[in-house]
Amino acid sequence: MSSLRLVLHEFRYDQKVFWRNPSSVFFTAMLPVIFLVIFATIFGDSEVQGMGIDTTTYYIPAIVTLAVVSATFVSLAMNVTIDREAGLLKRVRGTPLPAWVFIAGLVGNAFVISLVMLVVISLVGLAFYGVPIPWDHLPALIVTLLVGAASFCCLGLALTAAIPTREAASAITNLISLPLYFLSGVFIPEGEIPDGVLTVAGFLPVRPFFQAFLSSWDPLTVGSGFEWGHLAVVAAWGVAGLLIAARWFRWSPRA
Amino acid sequence: MSEPVITIEGLRKSYGEKEAVRGIDLEIQAREVFAVLGPNGAGKTTTIEILEGYRDRTAGRVEVLGVDPGNPTRAWRERIGIVPQETTLQPYLTVRESLELYSGYYDRPRPVDEVIGLVGLSGQEDVRAGKLSGGQKRRLDVGIALAGDPDLLFLDEPTTGFDPSARRQAWEMVSGLRDLGKTVVLTTHYMDEAQALADRVAIIRDGRIVALDTPQGLGGRESLPTHITFRPSPGSPMPEVPGLRRSTAGADDELVRFESDDPVADLNRLTAWALEHEVELGDLEVRRPSLEEIYLEVTGEEPA
Repeated sequence: MSSLRLVLHEFRYDQKVFWRNPSSVFFTAMLPVIFLVIFATIFGDSEVQGMGIDTTTYYIPAIVTLAVVSATFVSLAMNVTIDREAGLLKRVRGTPLPAWVFIAGLVGNAFVISLVMLVVISLVGLAFYGVPIPWDHLPALIVTLLVGAASFCCLGLALTAAIPTREAASAITNLISLPLYFLSGVFIPEGEIPDGVLTVAGFLPVRPFFQAFLSSWDPLTVGSGFEWGHLAVVAAWGVAGLLIAARWFRWSPRA
Repeated sequence: MSEPVITIEGLRKSYGEKEAVRGIDLEIQAREVFAVLGPNGAGKTTTIEILEGYRDRTAGRVEVLGVDPGNPTRAWRERIGIVPQETTLQPYLTVRESLELYSGYYDRPRPVDEVIGLVGLSGQEDVRAGKLSGGQKRRLDVGIALAGDPDLLFLDEPTTGFDPSARRQAWEMVSGLRDLGKTVVLTTHYMDEAQALADRVAIIRDGRIVALDTPQGLGGRESLPTHITFRPSPGSPMPEVPGLRRSTAGADDELVRFESDDPVADLNRLTAWALEHEVELGDLEVRRPSLEEIYLEVTGEEPA
């Protein structure tokens, strides 16, 4: 079997497992949409302080950011750790399947879920809140999605190395991701967040990823909407994650 | 004799100060069902995981199917199947999907329907692994290891935690693998399991092989004297039969035990003597030392 066919084989079963796992479906696929509805209901019909855009327009890229980080970083960190501690990764290592194909299947799965969520949230925004789909900035939007998904996959795989047990997976992952959502303006509009906090968050991975998405949806954006500076910060984190994962990723459960 | 499938010479493995394996030499032949028997912590799993290519070794030479498992290759992995100690299944995939997933990793897999039949899961094809019973999960575990149609199969404690009927079924399945011409290496801490399944048994204790033989010959069992015990009627004289050696009495003082190297002839003399003197031989019992007694003796374990 050629390598590409093997990756597709692996991906197909990763998809089945994802959609059949109630916790994946709820936290990764449903929760972002629920958050969007809650935020749009509470804060809708107003303008984000100091930005000149609708709150709903602001929350579409914010929730897309949440969904992509959840489908990549959070899902991989938790599910790969849980599978590792159950011995599933070790078992796969005992077969002829090349390690990179196994990882490629997981990453491909995370990319596809990310893309599905981008489409779903954009359509919900258009249908229920009248937020137009930013066709003008589509190339920038796609590049942001690819760079972000790749980087957050690397960070998620890197984080598994720091999670010792199955029980710690959810706690450690949420302890990292939840504060980042708040500090980065994903949950609270950035007009409400002190400038100092935003500056610091700008050096962490979630905030620049969100800013790159925001630029695509922001009607005031001039030009193609590519945010190379922000994407460079995200990509740098991704490379760091890749190096950590390459060095410390474990296939076996703790003895 | 055919080429050995597994050759181990002077195998050692240390974890820091602790030596888990302290010099093992062993050859396992093709089509053999070989059991590694020993108490927990004896070094069974460490040894088998070195053979499976999961762990490196501290010293010694190891060859499995002609390859050093310290450098496992993809072609080598095509030829071995591994059933891990803990049941390891993806709960959201059905029996058929689980087997199809793993079959896809191999160049020449065994057809999935055949594997389902081999492990006795016909009729459960569309049940998710998470919904199977404990015994069925273990059979799917074995099925996954057979998906690639391996020449050599490792089973690490295949029936630990099973109820007696599930164990019986698992034994039948392993016996079926013998008929497929597979070489099977299994670890267990049940003596009866080794006795029921294996052609040869190695008993491991403290990282060394302390006994290696067929289940029948283990510990010199074939040459050990037979024990004859009975309860004489009160006040009766002790038998004087040439060849019978009085050995230590059991916990029950009234029980008399003799050792015999020729039990048929000695028993004949004993019963003749008893008839002549009109002595009853209550609770008469003739038996060879059990594998369990041998095992406890060589591993130095206290009887349970």
